[in-house]
Amino acid sequence: MAKLILSFDGAMLKTVELNKERVTIGRRPDNDIQVDNLAVSGQHAVVTTVLNDSVIEDMHSTNGTMVNGSLVQKHLLQHGDTIEIGKHLIKYVVENTVAAPYQDFAKTMVIRKPDAGMMAAAAHPAPAAPAPMQAASAVPAAHAPAPAAPAAAAAAATPAREAGLQILTGANAGRVLELNKSLTTLGKAGHQVAVFTRRPVGFFVTHVEGDVFPLVNGAPIGTQAHQLNDQDTIEIAGTKMSFFYKT
Amino acid sequence: MALIEALRMASLSDPGMVRDLNEDCIELRPELGIAVLADGMGGYNAGEVASGMAVTLIANGLSEAWNEDALQGLDRPAVIELSHKLLQQQVMGANAAIFEAARQENSFEGMGTTLVACLFHDDFVTVGHAGDSRLYRLRDDVLEQITRDHSLLQEQIDSGMIKKEDAHLSNNRNFITRAIGVAAEEQAEIHTYDVLEGDIYLLCTDGLFGMVSDEEIQITLQTLKANLELAADQLIQAANDAGGSDNVSLVLVRVMKSFAQPSSAPLVQ
Repeated sequence: MAKLILSFDGAMLKTVELNKERVTIGRRPDNDIQVDNLAVSGQHAVVTTVLNDSVIEDMHSTNGTMVNGSLVQKHLLQHGDTIEIGKHLIKYVVENTVAAPYQDFAKTMVIRKPDAGMMAAAAHPAPAAPAPMQAASAVPAAHAPAPAAPAAAAAAATPAREAGLQILTGANAGRVLELNKSLTTLGKAGHQVAVFTRRPVGFFVTHVEGDVFPLVNGAPIGTQAHQLNDQDTIEIAGTKMSFFYKT
Repeated sequence: MALIEALRMASLSDPGMVRDLNEDCIELRPELGIAVLADGMGGYNAGEVASGMAVTLIANGLSEAWNEDALQGLDRPAVIELSHKLLQQQVMGANAAIFEAARQENSFEGMGTTLVACLFHDDFVTVGHAGDSRLYRLRDDVLEQITRDHSLLQEQIDSGMIKKEDAHLSNNRNFITRAIGVAAEEQAEIHTYDVLEGDIYLLCTDGLFGMVSDEEIQITLQTLKANLELAADQLIQAANDAGGSDNVSLVLVRVMKSFAQPSSAPLVQ
């Protein structure tokens, strides 16, 4: 259960559990959290809670709503967020927080709707033209407008050290290629291509296509990813290069 | 062009870094253009039972029903309509079978599964899904999500409560609004899309897109499309490098050539 803790000037004033869908904040006495201060609008903000998510929305207040120092119109609250309304602070606290990284993959649960709305999607004939996301129009009405959500990932895992390739032969001899992307491909398409992957545990080279495999220190690496060590010499499509870690 | 030559498929499933069990299942019938992927849920090994039943029943049932006799004499729109009907029949059959198994066996109680199933034919793909397993498509190097999750989070985004770029901050990511096997009757959402040469289709469980951003998936497919097995491997590795908190499974389908059916001989003289 999440809760809001209201404080002023370091003194805790009130704790409100978010056990209903709408919790209102404002100067007027009919608010769930009444903040009796002229800097606070009559109806200042509202916190909407759906299962484990709570969203704070500013109700066009005169002086605005801040979260962690930034003015917000609507904000998905995260454990530990501090809301500022005038000079009052409201802390958002989630109790029984599961160890952070695994919380988001809690057991999948099914919530079914009693009405038949969700079941309505029957077979639809194909769109005549190749229209991307044409499906949206055939989805039940409640689903129609917004585009699909790219659920973004946790922060991309990056290795502790930076590395590069010193090109030793060929047209680009003498150049340095930074391995600063998660994937860097080298070679000639259709002939021989290899990919350098940057992972938390280090850097790897892997064969992508072609009959000839990359050589690391003179030996072909086969089809498996090959972890690179500082000063390894690599040969791809006739070009030699040296792998190095930056100090 | 025979499907087996026109489509290249690769698949991979991994328990991830945290879970002991892998409750994801995949079934492929490349010669028929069928790919089915499911992410099961339920106690003990029940999730694995549900996802296993779903992919096997649907792949087998479709393989049997989707034959030359059934397709004979039908024009393309009629064939597409038939693909919807047959896929829905298989999904409903699998749903009933899983629901019944859960009723019969105590340890299977409450099991269910998400689903995404593709049927490729005559330069189209018919896709059915339930829950939050997804179909993506890379076309002209741009990744697009084709299916829309049946999930509370998707509804929160649709209603404007949560911005889609904040989706990864939601604590409601584990609530789905449709699943196969949890109720006596359930259907998949089914649509058909035209397929172009060069397209790459990605069927995947939430263990992939929950850990790896769409941008990273796009870069990986762009970069490694010449080697589908390596691309699959790289995506699983990226999910595991980011924590691998869930099972992660995926199918890649690359369209090498058009697989349009030779148009039936015109009747006019």
